[in-house]
Amino acid sequence: MAENEERLRRTMMFVPGNNPAMVKDAGIYGADSIMFDLEDSVSLPEKDAARVLVYEALQTQDYGNAEMVVRVNGQDTPFYDNDVKAMVKAGIDVIRLPKAESPEMVEKLDQDIAAAEKQFGREAGSTHLMAAIESAKGVLRAADIAAASDRMIGIALSAEDYTTDMKTHRYPDGKELEFARNMVLHAARAAGVAAFDTVFTNMDDTEGFYRETEYIHQLGFDGKSLVNPRQIPMVNKVYEPKAAEIKNAKNVINAIQEAKLKGSGVISMNGQMVDRPVVLRAQRVMSLAKASNLVDEEGNYLEK
Amino acid sequence: MEIKKTAIAGTLESSDIQLTISKADNGISIDLQSDVKKVFGDQIESVIKDTLAKLDVKDAKVKAVDKGALDCVIKARTIAAIQRAAETTDTPEWEVL
Repeated sequence: MAENEERLRRTMMFVPGNNPAMVKDAGIYGADSIMFDLEDSVSLPEKDAARVLVYEALQTQDYGNAEMVVRVNGQDTPFYDNDVKAMVKAGIDVIRLPKAESPEMVEKLDQDIAAAEKQFGREAGSTHLMAAIESAKGVLRAADIAAASDRMIGIALSAEDYTTDMKTHRYPDGKELEFARNMVLHAARAAGVAAFDTVFTNMDDTEGFYRETEYIHQLGFDGKSLVNPRQIPMVNKVYEPKAAEIKNAKNVINAIQEAKLKGSGVISMNGQMVDRPVVLRAQRVMSLAKASNLVDEEGNYLEK
Repeated sequence: MEIKKTAIAGTLESSDIQLTISKADNGISIDLQSDVKKVFGDQIESVIKDTLAKLDVKDAKVKAVDKGALDCVIKARTIAAIQRAAETTDTPEWEVL
């Protein structure tokens, strides 16, 4: 597991890698992670051009604090090697491996990244990776995949390929994804990495999008992959903490700081024991609240 | 790097630039079409020329149709077109990119 200082990963926006207009504007929507795609959204004769375009954009464009991710072509394609080399050289934060089905595939990517870091003089271990689970095989080995590399920051469920593999398709209620979602989520939590839910492609079904996002938020996913920037504020709204949660979190953090000064580890607040999981949850609420501009730097609640 | 065949990279979509590179024997010539040629023509041509020089292309005929591309896009499309024209797409010149 890569050092994972509770980075917020609510939204991972897909950007087709060969589209200059979209690559150029990707930074303005406030996505937590931006994922440039060299794989399915790029036609075969344009693979080389997309790779160079993303490489040059990463050198020159300002994407703010977003975590930069690139989905490379699969290990069974002739584009994989050059994709990995170019992205490591460009200093990408995370390389996303599509169609991950075994820990060996992740280990191979880990080694290829290490070789490229050495070749281009980048700091060893500075390039992270993540894996997309897109098949029955991948789901059944999700736990091994999630734990396969120290560079791993998260695993994502990719439902279009997965439902095809399962001889079904996507339904509005998402029942066909229940097992895969829980497998991916448990594998991620067990390995201490992030869990990303799949994309929701029907842009006209706002109600369905909210329903699905609330559901995966309840399950415990870090966030969701997105195909349209219009979905970013919608996901953020679902992940936004309520005023009462923020107040409670702030009390917990104040109480634990006070306890530390007094030299005690466990405290009680309003008659309830405050221990480590409660503190971690409070810290997460506060970082979500900050990201949602609901509190100031000191953690004071800002009335809207 | 030697231009072996005519090659195209880029599209005619907004924010892109389409470059066609073909063989020549006496230096670099650039034929640029752009709605912003009056203001940015020199800049666009200089990005193309710099990129050709970096990849050591001495003789080439370049046709460029610009649709409002940023410098990084112009550079990327020029590199892609050169690599296609020189048939080196699978073995990129890592050290000069």
